[in-house]
Amino acid sequence: MEASAPRFGVAPLARTLLPAFSLALVLAAIATLNPFAISYMGFNLMLNLAIPIILATMAQLFVITGNDLDLSIGSFIGFVCCVAATWLTTDPLLGAGILLGSIIVYALLGALIHWRNLPSIVVTLGMSFVWQGLAVLVLPDPGGAAPEWLMTLMGFQPYFIPFPILAAIVVAAVTHFLLMGTSYGAILRASGGNAAAVARAGWSLLRIKMALFALAGLFGALSGLALIGITTSGDANIGSGYTLLAIAGVILGGGEFVGGRVSPIGAVMGALTLSLASSSLLTFMQVPPDWQVAANGAILIIVLAARALINRRKA
Amino acid sequence: MASSLAPSVASLNGVEKYFGAVRALAGVDLGVARGECVGLVGHNGAGKSTLMNVLAGVLAPSEGRVMVAGQAQATWSTRLARALGIRCVFQELSLCPNLTVAENTRVFHTALRGFGWRRRAANLVQEKLDEIFPGHGINPSTLVQDLSIGRRQMAEVARAFTVTDEPLALVILDEPTSSLDARTAGQLLSYMRRRVAEGMSFILISHMLGEILGNSDRIVVMRDGRTVADDMAAHFNRDRLVAEMGGDNHAAHDASPFGVVRAARPVCVRARPRGQNGDSELVAHKGEIIGLAGLSGHGQTELLRAIFDAAPKGGGSITLDGPVSLVAGDRQSDGIFPSWSIARNITVGSLKALKQGALISPAREKEMAQRWQQRIRIKTPDMDNPILSLSGGNQQKALFARALASDAQIILMDDPMRGVDISTKLEVYDIIRQEAAKGRTFLWYTTETEELLYCDHTYVFRNGMIVAQLARGELTEEKVIQSSFHEAG
Repeated sequence: MEASAPRFGVAPLARTLLPAFSLALVLAAIATLNPFAISYMGFNLMLNLAIPIILATMAQLFVITGNDLDLSIGSFIGFVCCVAATWLTTDPLLGAGILLGSIIVYALLGALIHWRNLPSIVVTLGMSFVWQGLAVLVLPDPGGAAPEWLMTLMGFQPYFIPFPILAAIVVAAVTHFLLMGTSYGAILRASGGNAAAVARAGWSLLRIKMALFALAGLFGALSGLALIGITTSGDANIGSGYTLLAIAGVILGGGEFVGGRVSPIGAVMGALTLSLASSSLLTFMQVPPDWQVAANGAILIIVLAARALINRRKA
Repeated sequence: MASSLAPSVASLNGVEKYFGAVRALAGVDLGVARGECVGLVGHNGAGKSTLMNVLAGVLAPSEGRVMVAGQAQATWSTRLARALGIRCVFQELSLCPNLTVAENTRVFHTALRGFGWRRRAANLVQEKLDEIFPGHGINPSTLVQDLSIGRRQMAEVARAFTVTDEPLALVILDEPTSSLDARTAGQLLSYMRRRVAEGMSFILISHMLGEILGNSDRIVVMRDGRTVADDMAAHFNRDRLVAEMGGDNHAAHDASPFGVVRAARPVCVRARPRGQNGDSELVAHKGEIIGLAGLSGHGQTELLRAIFDAAPKGGGSITLDGPVSLVAGDRQSDGIFPSWSIARNITVGSLKALKQGALISPAREKEMAQRWQQRIRIKTPDMDNPILSLSGGNQQKALFARALASDAQIILMDDPMRGVDISTKLEVYDIIRQEAAKGRTFLWYTTETEELLYCDHTYVFRNGMIVAQLARGELTEEKVIQSSFHEAG
């Protein structure tokens, strides 16, 4: 009956397709600059560090789902690396226990943020120094050794599909199922959309916040393990760049800072886009390494601005 | 005080509620019998919403007793209320905009889990939508944010009637038709009467007195946190309701025209809706109040937005003369700055006038806020209080003050009186008239036909187009409804 009905339907489609479009754009640019890069070995090399970035992005995704932001995920990943390069190798039980304990700490942070109604930015900014301090305590100088099984896992070379791509597909499928597929995933997203309504329907916001932060801790720990499996030795500062990359990946993937609007599949594509654009593309464009970090920032601004522009036009 | 017709479903005895030092409820007794619809009326701030929040378990009463299913409830909570079959459709929309209609149904029901929950949730809400609003056109897998405000309200109402493992005995409808057009509002009210006939109970809160008089079995009037009248609906009429609510007895619609020949004044807005067939266009002369009528969502808001976007110079099919200000209809999302004071919320539209050098002058800001507090009678001890400390009607007044305090000569109003009590409305109508007499022009989209009686000229919209125009003398509800549904002429 309402006149405006047919107008709807375009916006949701554009929202889903944007991350895929930006990924395709970056891939096309790489293929033009260096056709040999689009190969099994090429992807293995280009996406070398993609798996930890994807996992870190997923960790951030869960936090953003509940309208929070985790500024400590990078140093948490560094802490996990240091634990994995030391205790997890020498005393696996103790190492696993510490990692489990740190995930519980994450859940408790969620509880604290909900209970005292604290801004998550402040709490996690503080925690970023705590994790970094602990990492330095565990491993004062770069070194240590990753557990054998982690290095074997990360060195896995399946047939046809490069491992990073296979891992991206698996991570995307698992997180999509968790957040978009399960019935409790709907409740988690609902808490970002309208927390008051969720509480009125009888759900515990405390439990929801704890679940979101525990999931962030879990994926952060997985990211740290993947990273140490690739680099083989630890460093307390190894994860410092991951905080912003993870946030950018979520936003690039179609997520929004508030409102519980997130897309796990989009965020995985966002993380892939960033890992490709941030090193391989720049190298192929013959940007000197000294300028690559600055160029990274520029790419981020351009891509996010384009997203905002396209979104506004479709709306 | 409860009706003795049938056993009581729920009753409140001597309920008091304090927020700090403010007494929102001052000892209320209210009972609802099985198969009864109780109409609840009162001004904004009379305590209706607080009372319903107590009954639904959202707020704990400071004093008094909640009796449900024949038992006093010592520990009353939303969960218990739901388990005993009490549900509430709250006034502000309480869907999650980032979820689909089906997922929102899942949020409402803890039992919708496990394999196939999404399909079950979709079927559940689809069934209710079909039952309550035939021809609703809502797909349960649409995100709520992509629905118009009217359809969101339909989805929310339908969701409240879905049943999984909990009984459904009493539904509280708090302004359920405020965002619905006449047709869907009628569908909802007739559905409600069908369910009443089957033995379900309702509490209907509405500012549309006609809705209350026509659909309730019993009417309870609240004023200042207590019930002041409780009687069979047949014993009430419009005048008595207004009198009991303590409303000023304005002549509701004084039809005396302003006595101005339209063409005698300069034209200050000329706008053609996008997609208009033929050459109809909206024309507003200086000092006129122009009504935009028709069913909700038929292009009225879009045209107002287009005019606002074209300000101050006009452009495309819109010509304008003078600065423009918009009073938003969805005040929670488009209107107020929730973390600001009342004063700041009013003065933000006129910062240029308040500047002293490069800075905002606090003295002028205060002076402007005071002036408008008196002018438009905002009920607050201190204009520096947060805007959210005001009742909904008073928040809307503050938004009017913002538009009127600015230098805008053209005021666009996007159905701003939704959910506002009648005495506030009457006060605002008066101010609109005074301002129009001073030469301001108003473009007023409204879903309430009564408000069109205040307009000098009314344009009726359908499918994004102007399909009829009526001068003040020709306007009748029948004509508006007729052109809203059929091709004009």
